[in-house]
Amino acid sequence: MNGKPTIPTRIRWLLGLMVLAVAAGVVASAALESEPADTAPVGDESPAPALFPVTIHRPEGPPTIDTGHLDEMGRPIVANCTTCHTTKAPNPRISGGHELQDFHQGLVTNHGGRTCLSCHNPQGYNQLRLADGKPVEFKDVMMLCAQCHGTQYRDYQHGAHGGMTGHWDLTRGPRARNNCIDCHDPHAPQYPQVMPVLRPNDRFLRTPGAHDSDTHDSEDAHD
Amino acid sequence: MTDNKQTSLPVLNNMTRRTAIKAVGATLGAAAFAKAISPIVEWAGANTSMDEMLQRHYKELSPGDMDDVIKRLEEDTRDRYGAEVRISDPKPLPGVKFAYALNLSVCIGCRRCAQACHEENNHDRPSHNSYIRVLEMTKGGIDLEKGNADYDHPVRQEDKFYMPVQCQQCDNPPCVSVCPVEATWKEDDGIVVVDYNWCIGCRYCEAACPYHARRFNWTKPEVPAEEINTNQGYLSNRIRPQGVMEKCTFCLHRTREGRMPACLEACPTGARVFGNILDPDSDIRWVLQNKRVFVLKEELGTKPQFFYFFDK
Repeated sequence: MNGKPTIPTRIRWLLGLMVLAVAAGVVASAALESEPADTAPVGDESPAPALFPVTIHRPEGPPTIDTGHLDEMGRPIVANCTTCHTTKAPNPRISGGHELQDFHQGLVTNHGGRTCLSCHNPQGYNQLRLADGKPVEFKDVMMLCAQCHGTQYRDYQHGAHGGMTGHWDLTRGPRARNNCIDCHDPHAPQYPQVMPVLRPNDRFLRTPGAHDSDTHDSEDAHD
Repeated sequence: MTDNKQTSLPVLNNMTRRTAIKAVGATLGAAAFAKAISPIVEWAGANTSMDEMLQRHYKELSPGDMDDVIKRLEEDTRDRYGAEVRISDPKPLPGVKFAYALNLSVCIGCRRCAQACHEENNHDRPSHNSYIRVLEMTKGGIDLEKGNADYDHPVRQEDKFYMPVQCQQCDNPPCVSVCPVEATWKEDDGIVVVDYNWCIGCRYCEAACPYHARRFNWTKPEVPAEEINTNQGYLSNRIRPQGVMEKCTFCLHRTREGRMPACLEACPTGARVFGNILDPDSDIRWVLQNKRVFVLKEELGTKPQFFYFFDK
């Protein structure tokens, strides 16, 4: 037993292979662990599935006015707000079409006594403005509505106000939502009266003689 | 014993008197059974096939059985209504329990929800059938008995509010308890369903429901082929046979695929909120936690999963 202990070559190879295998295993498991971590949000155990979008319908831009004229191709000529309003001095006291002589006469306003310039921006009629004077684009009109109608806006953000279509489960499909002025005319926002559809015609609710083609009332009386 | 073993393989050669009598008995028995039930088949009309008569309960159908049943129903719909439909049998989603809320401050009583239901669920056209009944009620009280579902004038009227009533998908559903044949039950996602092919049409459930939410098919539903909704569910909107009960299923053929019910999509004012009550981030949970919700006829202990609220 002199000198250092010798290890047979075959065993040395075996040991080397084992070390390599363990190292490879550690690397592989680390790679496997890090893979889902890339997609999962921090603090979430299971990887969150990608959500489909909720699309809110928006106005495309500033509205236009039909001049009643047609161009050479027979298309209606529409005027932008600035076409007229760049040459006319803004009148902050006007509150509806009935006070105007040239344009917008038919415009009915019934919105809590607001004036036109409460919402329209006299510095640039292609925009609206908030109560503090900051301009806001027509496509962002909901921000303008929300400054007064905060409770409705809060409910809207939680799906408890305003119509929608699509999926309740956003992991399975998208959702489309209206914006305020899809349902409410901003100049007269109260929802209009409508005629109800699909009047019931079953045997319990049918009033004798009230509906046409009603010939079996006596027959049905015993039901 | 050893002799028997050697000759036992060819059955015909091994025919005993007992086997012969058994075979004759089985043949006679089958014939007698067919003869015995023939009056029922005749009574049920030429439209009821033997397969339909002998179909098992929904919960006893294997996936293979269900495939056959669906195939037969699709063929029946083609023969009787002239429409190519696709019937599916979507199962409850794990971790999902459906709930519905309705904002009475916003509902204007336009009955678009009832119409959407009418079209989505292939309801009988002449009776204007729908799972939703919209009650016009005078402000100041919620007495369903005084609600008028037959109004026919512009809405909303200033002194009225409008209350759509449909199946409340009760957690303690009296309609299920009274069914003598277990043709109706509550699914894991909270929806009370009917196996239309198991229902005997006794209408006990209709009488038991405090919300008048169930409907009976007095006649064969009349729906023009071009108006039939071809996306159908076995437990939901497939065309029902005459003489069975039917009810709102929260459009399970849509909602179990993640979509909104038809009545919600049709609502022009957004009075309806639908979702998974088990998801703490869902809109329905926000409503339940932040609005003063109430249920109809709470004192009956039916535990409805359909909630109403006012904004103010």
